[in-house]
Amino acid sequence: MNLKLKIWRQKDANTKGKMVDYQISDVSPDMSFLEMLDVLNEELIEKGEDPVEFDHDCREGICGSCSLQINGEPHGPDRGITTCQLHMRMFKDGDTITIEPFRAKAFPVIRDLIVDRSSFDRIQQAGGYISVNTSGNTIDANAIPVNKHDADKAFDAATCIGCGACVAACKNASAMLFTSAKVSQFALLPQGRVEATQRVLNMVKQMDLEGFGNCTNTGACEIECPKGISLENIARMNSEYLSASLEG
Amino acid sequence: MSGLLKSSIARKVAMALSGLFLIIFLIQHFTINFTSVISADLFNEFSHFMGTNFVVQALLQPVLIFGVIFHFVMGFMLEIKNRQARGVKYVQFNGSANSSWASRNMIISGAVVLAFLALHFYDFWVPEMLYKYVEANPEDPSRYYAELVHKFESPVRTGIYALAFVLLAFHLWHGFSSAFQTMGVNNKYTPFIKKFGYTYAVVIPAGFIFIALFHYFNH
Amino acid sequence: MSVLESHIPEGPLAEKWTNHKNDINLVNPANKRNIDVIVVGTGLAGGSAAATLAELGYNVKTFCYQDSPRRAHSIAAQGGINAAKNYQGDGDSVYRLFYDTVKGGDYRSREANVYRLAEVSANIIDQCVAQGVPFAREYGGLLDNRSFGGVLVSRTFYAKGQTGQQLLLGAYAAMNRQINRGKITPFNRHEMLDLVVVDGKARGIIARNLVTGEIERHSAHAVVIASGGYGNVFFLSTNAMGSNVTAAWKIHKKGAFFANPCFTQIHPTCIPVSGDHQSKLTLMSESLRNDGRIWVPKKKEDAEAIRQGKLKPTELSEEDRDYYLERRYPSFGNLVPRDVASRAAKERCDAGYGVNKTGEAVFLDFESAIMRYGREKAVSSGNPDASDAEIRRLGEEIIESKYGNLFQMYEKIVDENPYKTPMKIYPAVHYTMGGVWVDYNLMTTIPGCYAAGEANFSDHGANRLGASALMQGLADGYFVLPYTIGDYLAKDIRTGEISTDLPEFEEAEKNVRDQIDRLVNNNGKHSVDYYHKKLGKIMWNKCGMARNAEGLKEAIEEIKALRDDFYANVKVPGEGNSKNTELEKAMRVADFLELGELFAKDALHRNESCGGHFREEYQTEEGEALRDDENFKYVAAWEYKGEPSEAVLHKEQLEYNNIELKTRSYK
Repeated sequence: MNLKLKIWRQKDANTKGKMVDYQISDVSPDMSFLEMLDVLNEELIEKGEDPVEFDHDCREGICGSCSLQINGEPHGPDRGITTCQLHMRMFKDGDTITIEPFRAKAFPVIRDLIVDRSSFDRIQQAGGYISVNTSGNTIDANAIPVNKHDADKAFDAATCIGCGACVAACKNASAMLFTSAKVSQFALLPQGRVEATQRVLNMVKQMDLEGFGNCTNTGACEIECPKGISLENIARMNSEYLSASLEG
Repeated sequence: MSGLLKSSIARKVAMALSGLFLIIFLIQHFTINFTSVISADLFNEFSHFMGTNFVVQALLQPVLIFGVIFHFVMGFMLEIKNRQARGVKYVQFNGSANSSWASRNMIISGAVVLAFLALHFYDFWVPEMLYKYVEANPEDPSRYYAELVHKFESPVRTGIYALAFVLLAFHLWHGFSSAFQTMGVNNKYTPFIKKFGYTYAVVIPAGFIFIALFHYFNH
Repeated sequence: MSVLESHIPEGPLAEKWTNHKNDINLVNPANKRNIDVIVVGTGLAGGSAAATLAELGYNVKTFCYQDSPRRAHSIAAQGGINAAKNYQGDGDSVYRLFYDTVKGGDYRSREANVYRLAEVSANIIDQCVAQGVPFAREYGGLLDNRSFGGVLVSRTFYAKGQTGQQLLLGAYAAMNRQINRGKITPFNRHEMLDLVVVDGKARGIIARNLVTGEIERHSAHAVVIASGGYGNVFFLSTNAMGSNVTAAWKIHKKGAFFANPCFTQIHPTCIPVSGDHQSKLTLMSESLRNDGRIWVPKKKEDAEAIRQGKLKPTELSEEDRDYYLERRYPSFGNLVPRDVASRAAKERCDAGYGVNKTGEAVFLDFESAIMRYGREKAVSSGNPDASDAEIRRLGEEIIESKYGNLFQMYEKIVDENPYKTPMKIYPAVHYTMGGVWVDYNLMTTIPGCYAAGEANFSDHGANRLGASALMQGLADGYFVLPYTIGDYLAKDIRTGEISTDLPEFEEAEKNVRDQIDRLVNNNGKHSVDYYHKKLGKIMWNKCGMARNAEGLKEAIEEIKALRDDFYANVKVPGEGNSKNTELEKAMRVADFLELGELFAKDALHRNESCGGHFREEYQTEEGEALRDDENFKYVAAWEYKGEPSEAVLHKEQLEYNNIELKTRSYK
């Protein structure tokens, strides 16, 4: 099939960017979206133009590197997947596809479609861990039984890949789903309860410092999240935060 | 206030609490208004009580006014912050793919309700304050019904009134359950809260519109 | 030929590690504050090493090419992590894990290392649970296990199909704790481009900031390479697009021997190639072989009909199916080790029984499992007379709870519903057992330069068992390297801060700049991918699942020619001083083009078949691998001498005192 692509091009963080139109032909429906961009880039290199820069790595939906706002939605129109798992069979011959970087003040553009998501790392550094030494001399793994229901919920929260689709989809560029996923994972496990109060306060503080917006519960993040992280986690973080504030 | 409400979550909780407070107030307001459909005397009696009772006037009324102003000011502040958080705007943003219009446009529905409130104050509250406290007119326990009916003679005013309540319905449609989510409630009761919220969001504004139309067509 | 000193401690096998730890020199905490360690790569091995070293008090700098340590490719490991916990009471023990690993590796790994790995495996699980890693649990609240290929016990801990992700996020969290304390300085979006050796010791690295293009000098008292494997030399592999050999290759060029490069693991259960546009291959967890049965049609004409779309696999009766693994290996069946399963698939496809358009795919069928589970469930829920449809529904539910995310992934990629029609799979390059040669302390042949995880030649011999990569990465990083490195650093406490103004830094930086300038100004004809794909084809066809002397000789010549062509005609757009993905790729492919040749050279010299290395000349009449313990029971460690073809072979003879060498049999 033949497609028209409108792609955001921006040389670096300090240069103004703009949308540029490209034509691409003979796209196979079996291609992944990123493979389609690979083909475009090969053509651009051939022509002596700079290829389109975009983040990607594992290409199997788990590393969280790939991003892209495709036709106004993070990771494109399909659900439960990342851009690297989006296949061209989702599009029709003659379609126009708009491709933009994830937009947020806390995600400044590095080049073209690549954004800097280190704000996410800093949120995790503020408290997204359990303070246990890596000596291996901890108690036996089976010494603390964990209710399966809680363990499963903790796992579901822990599957966040940190791609930033929640921020990109949110009209407020809020990072609540991301932050709450980690807060929830640890809040649900007995190992994590010990530091729960300080953790939620520190992580939320950092999240606010990074310049993310406020959650207005539109639910867009949950729908667009490639891993289906639930809004329940945001509610859990809200209540953890409230009780932590009252305690502290 | 800034010290108390420094974090995004605390601000949101403040929005939720003030919103829930206004939701409760709305029930009370609706109940009294609805009596006007049943009986003029009953309406006058309630209105007179509310208008002259010391607790209502000196304590509840300021709290309400504070609640309304707080909810609006905070709402606008959050909106400004949220817009700043995006930075560069998307060329294409397909919000309808993942969220409801009501949830994305609380600022619009809220602003319309605010504009309506201005009109509402101009229509009822300001004359009421002038009547009672500035001009210090004598008490007249039977004037309220007539004043109400008088305001709904104009088709424009009734139309504006109805439109404002449609927008309020949108506001409540999202706002009701959203307030609970913000307060940290998301559990097995959530589907019920949502359904209740949707019902509330439809029934109460529809009721207000009904009252307006009732008086418009009956007089 | 010089003898490599492996520094294996004396004493009985089971006491070696404990005794060694007791003998190791320690660095006093006050001195640790003055010692810097560089860790390149932040996957399971690098991330866990960095966290532990920082916790011990060293100043750690980490480097990764990704935008965050959390994205290292360890994250993609699906199935699980082995540990000799014996929670299931099925007879597992440290010795059995050790035995299975040595046997699975076809007797080409070091006994002492493997025993240590098995010994610390249990600690890994304790550690990870304490860190909040959400492993799968049973209803009683205790940890669940499953079995994996090549073994007869259930010792694999897992977190659905995302075990690697959960373990990596655990290590990343441990890193974050140290970053927060100021003990780790992370350099993300940075690529190490050379090692700086001063007076024969590793003293720092040259790295490129991938955002600004800046070339940076970083000094340290020790350098740890944990940059993963080199499977991408095949272009198509299950590795991440950015996975590369550069860090390992650069230290090789500076004096670190490279061991057993030809030991590559081809994973049997990957999604087959769909066309020329393909950029990478997707793995389906090996755990699927617990319930899936692998087959091809018995008759060639049926295979032909399926390839042309005239026949559906579900229409083929049981008698017309060849469950070739169950047929050939009745005792292990579908659970034979990866190398055996991969080769068997290739054998069937080469014989003309492949089942997709390209003829390179076999079926992985869940029909029996769905019906078996469904029937069990129906009976246990008090409905023994359930209809077939009801049984199928129940069975599908159980399969979904076990493999739901994998089935969903398959359907997204292939656009076929694996609950209704069997999956198609084919082997793909997945892991490299070969790597930088290290001694028992994980030190390379360059003093002060260490290698951990998949980057080293590791504990897996000629073939790795499923769920052992995560185990080795974390064992190296959490429990081995942070202690053994102290033995070296204890002698370095008086060195003080190392200046980056030393001439060695200057020279290394200049070399890096020269290479970048050369590539950027080459103005050639072909893109980097053009060369990478060509290299991949040579590797897959001539150094892939089965190799022969003739093909390997051709490969060596072809790779050499391709490398010359690359330097003459590669086209790298853009500049060196900005974000430039093509330049990054070019630097990596340049190293693959050298490694590929050494790979073929190593494969050519090893005149035997063992594990992942299958030489067609050396097989039994039944087509099984024919090992030659008399002549090849050694680690081949190659010393760089300017050109891959001139690399000098050093042998580390392997000794087996605690395990009897046998022909591997899974029959």
